[in-house]
Amino acid sequence: MTEQSHAADPPILEVRDLQKFFPVGTMFARRNLRALHHVSFTLRRGKVLALVGESGSGKSTAARCVARLIEPSAGQILFKGKDMLAEERRGASLQYRGDVQMIFQDPFGSLNPVKSIAHHLARPLRIHKKSSGTKETAERVDQLLESVGLAPARQFSDKYPYELSGGQRQRVSFARALAVEPEVVLADEPISMLDVSIRMGILNLMERLKDEHGIAYLYITHDLASARYFADETIVMYAGQIVEGAASEELIQHPAHPYTQRLLDAVPDPKAEHGFKQGAGGWQPPILVDPPPGCPFADRCPHAMPVCREIMPGRTTLNAVHWVRCHLHGSGESSPGLSEPNLPLSA
Amino acid sequence: MTEPLLDVRDLRVEYKALRGSVRAVNDVSFQIMPGEVYGLAGESGCGKSTIALSILRVLNPPAVITGGQVLFKGRDVLDMNDDQLEQFRWSEVAMVFQSAMNSLNPVMRIGDQIADAIQAHERVSDKDAEERSVELLKVVGIDPNRRRAYPHELSGGMRQRAVIAIALSLNPPMLIMDEPTTALDVVVQQEIMMQLRELKEQFGFSVLFITHDLSLLVEFSDRIGIMYAGDIVEEAPSSQLFDDPQHPYTWGLMHSFPLVHGPRMALTGIPGSPPDLLSPPPGCRFAPRCSLVMPQCSTSRPLLTPTGNRRNVACYLHEQGRPVTISPLMESRGTVTV
Ligand SMILES: Nc1ncnc2c1ncn2[C@@H]1O[C@H](COP(=O)(O)OP(=O)(O)OP(=O)(O)O)[C@@H](O)[C@H]1O
Ligand SMILES: Nc1ncnc2c1ncn2[C@@H]1O[C@H](COP(=O)(O)OP(=O)(O)OP(=O)(O)O)[C@@H](O)[C@H]1O
Ligand SMILES: [Mg+2]
Ligand SMILES: [Mg+2]
Repeated sequence: MTEQSHAADPPILEVRDLQKFFPVGTMFARRNLRALHHVSFTLRRGKVLALVGESGSGKSTAARCVARLIEPSAGQILFKGKDMLAEERRGASLQYRGDVQMIFQDPFGSLNPVKSIAHHLARPLRIHKKSSGTKETAERVDQLLESVGLAPARQFSDKYPYELSGGQRQRVSFARALAVEPEVVLADEPISMLDVSIRMGILNLMERLKDEHGIAYLYITHDLASARYFADETIVMYAGQIVEGAASEELIQHPAHPYTQRLLDAVPDPKAEHGFKQGAGGWQPPILVDPPPGCPFADRCPHAMPVCREIMPGRTTLNAVHWVRCHLHGSGESSPGLSEPNLPLSA
Repeated sequence: MTEPLLDVRDLRVEYKALRGSVRAVNDVSFQIMPGEVYGLAGESGCGKSTIALSILRVLNPPAVITGGQVLFKGRDVLDMNDDQLEQFRWSEVAMVFQSAMNSLNPVMRIGDQIADAIQAHERVSDKDAEERSVELLKVVGIDPNRRRAYPHELSGGMRQRAVIAIALSLNPPMLIMDEPTTALDVVVQQEIMMQLRELKEQFGFSVLFITHDLSLLVEFSDRIGIMYAGDIVEEAPSSQLFDDPQHPYTWGLMHSFPLVHGPRMALTGIPGSPPDLLSPPPGCRFAPRCSLVMPQCSTSRPLLTPTGNRRNVACYLHEQGRPVTISPLMESRGTVTV
């Protein structure tokens, strides 16, 4: 699955050089937090792009910019070739908000506590005119609930969010995103609270919808194993920048960036000796407010060289399905600002 | 032998619904020793959070504790009056709720929230409280320069970590953590778990650790209880659980998660789904999904029975003190591959 060429799949959504600054500090000492720095990636019909990275590295911010919930400071979002930030300057149209759905990271905060589960699903159906009539809507709601494993649907539709467990809420969010038959789904940790068996059920469902309806996914996750099994490609984010991208299996087998290596190393291994492996020890969150030049990982990197603290390298192509931004592998063929697709060959 | 710090006996919790009552926790018993990390795992909806909330008695209606005891240092939490309960929640346990990410005060800066928690428990100056809040932010890997941020200015994982910092600031004998790392990447998770381990060794608190992530659970816990549909079906020291699961459900759980390490393999799942708790199957609640089911499993409920080596299992395959190795049996039976 991962090995095949992606050249045939047309891009549906392209993100180019996305930047996002948040003002922080006090009124008298305004400073900027650089949450996204030249972020580029491409989503393709029927493909899954996994976005992994450190907590606080900018994953949700990227997804929220693409969903137009917040406005990026600079950059382009091309949807089916149209530059959305220019075309829909005042905010996304109803059409775009239906076509591009977001599943939020927090299943406790994203559901309205005073509305029933059925209401959460019926509302988007009505707004986006995906069903007409009470009966049809109710049937569709039941179908949606059952498709995410909340069966029998009748047992859940009249409930309120507080009556559901964390994992059950996460599945409601998922069903809500699917209700409007989107073309792009931005799934921010959609399965973090699900146990493995349901997790696989949801991933299988995502896969089926991907194949049947050609949905394109941005799959934000901390679970590298699920990225390995489910995503065609994986990109790795650190401190607001994408530092490596590869076909998912290639990334797991041959991680090139020291951060990616650290990430894979930290995955708990139930078959290993009991007890935690010693970590690299460095517990230094990267500086996002007025960040210093150079690679943001340099302070924690076991291989850091003087150049790493001066210049952030561009992308170096390692092979047809793999690139990295790290001085260990070269200084990059392109300047970091240039937009590129996820994989060297996929243009 | 030392007394357990927490001794939960035959705890029963029901959610009263219009169509009948759902027994979400079905006579569950387990113990946590001082300084021990007890892990609780099981499928979504099996009752893990309900147990945690019952221990603190913070369940909301329609949930009702209808039986059992929750003995903490020998005193039954379920018998405490309001004052005693207040005192207990205040000084004996700290909890990181599953909804942690959104349990912070939205209009208060995170540094102040941590300092406030410290000052509510101890008489310390503002300056000392702030210093300690800086230390705690470092423990959870948040740049202390961001202590003036409001919760909405933090990422999901940073909010979760801020709540862990608050719980740690209280330094109680027992820490309950319900899915504390769902929003964290594995590097941050590993760092936090190591910090926790260090603090635990230093202060000697016990932890009830709830997660669906078995790999994490095995690495962090001393002993693990596996829950299924309101029952604890297996209990074992974590070093033994993975190599030799005794309950078919545990076996299924262990074989249905994708691994990062090693070759990419087809995954085995557990066929079927958890029972509707409104009308659970008689007998063993796992029987309808079990590939080793026997006639008696569908009629009477197996109880948690010791099988030796500090292990307990609720399954008719085993007799008291005489465990059977189930892996070969499971492997030869029909399991589904997804
Ligand atoms: N409204 C805001 N104001 C100020 N800073 C913000 C705001 N929203 C996000 N940030 C900061 O931007 C950075 C990136 O946050 P983001 O939520 O995108 O991270 P993330 O990669 O999704 O992390 P996690 O895995 O923990 O959810 C963080 O340092 C966060 O504190
Ligand atoms: N207020 C409520 N009313 C009715 N049923 C409830 C209520 N709260 C929880 N339940 C039910 O009780 C069962 C146990 O829920 P609990 O939250 O303890 O599960 P959990 O094991 O923590 O699951 P998760 O891993 O998804 O968080 C679930 O089936 C849930 O639907
Ligand atoms: Mg996030
Ligand atoms: Mg729970």
